[in-house]
Amino acid sequence: MSRLVRMDRSGHTTLAEWTAADERSVESAVAAFREELGRGSFAVVPQGEGRAEQVSELPVDADLVVMRRPIAGG
Amino acid sequence: MAQAASAPGTQALPELASVYWRPRVDEDALRRRGTLWTTVTVAHVVPFVAIAVLIFVLQPLAVAVSLIALAKAWLIPALYAQRGANVVRPKGRLDDEPEHRALGLLGDLVGHEARDLYAETGLVLERGALGVWLVGEAGAVLVRPGRRRIFCYCVRVPADELPSADRTSHLLLALREDEAGFATVANLAFSGARWRLRRRLDRRMRPALAAAAEAAGAS
Repeated sequence: MSRLVRMDRSGHTTLAEWTAADERSVESAVAAFREELGRGSFAVVPQGEGRAEQVSELPVDADLVVMRRPIAGG
Repeated sequence: MAQAASAPGTQALPELASVYWRPRVDEDALRRRGTLWTTVTVAHVVPFVAIAVLIFVLQPLAVAVSLIALAKAWLIPALYAQRGANVVRPKGRLDDEPEHRALGLLGDLVGHEARDLYAETGLVLERGALGVWLVGEAGAVLVRPGRRRIFCYCVRVPADELPSADRTSHLLLALREDEAGFATVANLAFSGARWRLRRRLDRRMRPALAAAAEAAGAS
């Protein structure tokens, strides 16, 4: 089961879960994904230690997609 | 050893658009910035030391003035180093439950060693192409290969309601996406010798700096 999570005040919230074989769950995840992008978040797929890929479309085969907010110099 | 944080040139951090005027950080840029910081430090210290010596030579009874000048020669670099240490100073904590959940996600992102070090020090160790990073919740320290020089960056996710571990996760993911971009977006607060930072660093965090130095020496 793949997960789309958003880091927020609760620690993190699971926005969607899907399996590639279940079309309805994928559609629901894509909708949640686009909604978060529309809010100004960035989507990142962790790829093990030291690597992460930013994506603009939901990668259906990813295990975990994390929505993060923009960072800025302090 | 773990893989480097983000392969160079594969993707650009979207936040770079907000600092379009800054040249992208690379090895040469870091070398130049480091040299500049050293020059500025010397420019602060040498005149005060020279004045202290001169006053003492000309008028030994004015030794108090000489000591004041020497104190300034010591204090100004120390204040810069303190500014560097402040980038990883812990911020406020939220309720236990959100912090616990955020910690779970951060734990999923890092390996066992980094997880243990985070539990001990509050900093995540991440190996990169530019050196070894220590990522905190509102800043990061880069230990350069050779272990002698460090760069302290002030960078954060502007969302104070986030749990501490989530703020760290934000920075860690951005670093992994584009290491050079991360260093470009971040504001450089201090660069200098590692020992100068160590003295100013919270005692709890010192083992993380030692671990980063060890990793930087091995890279």
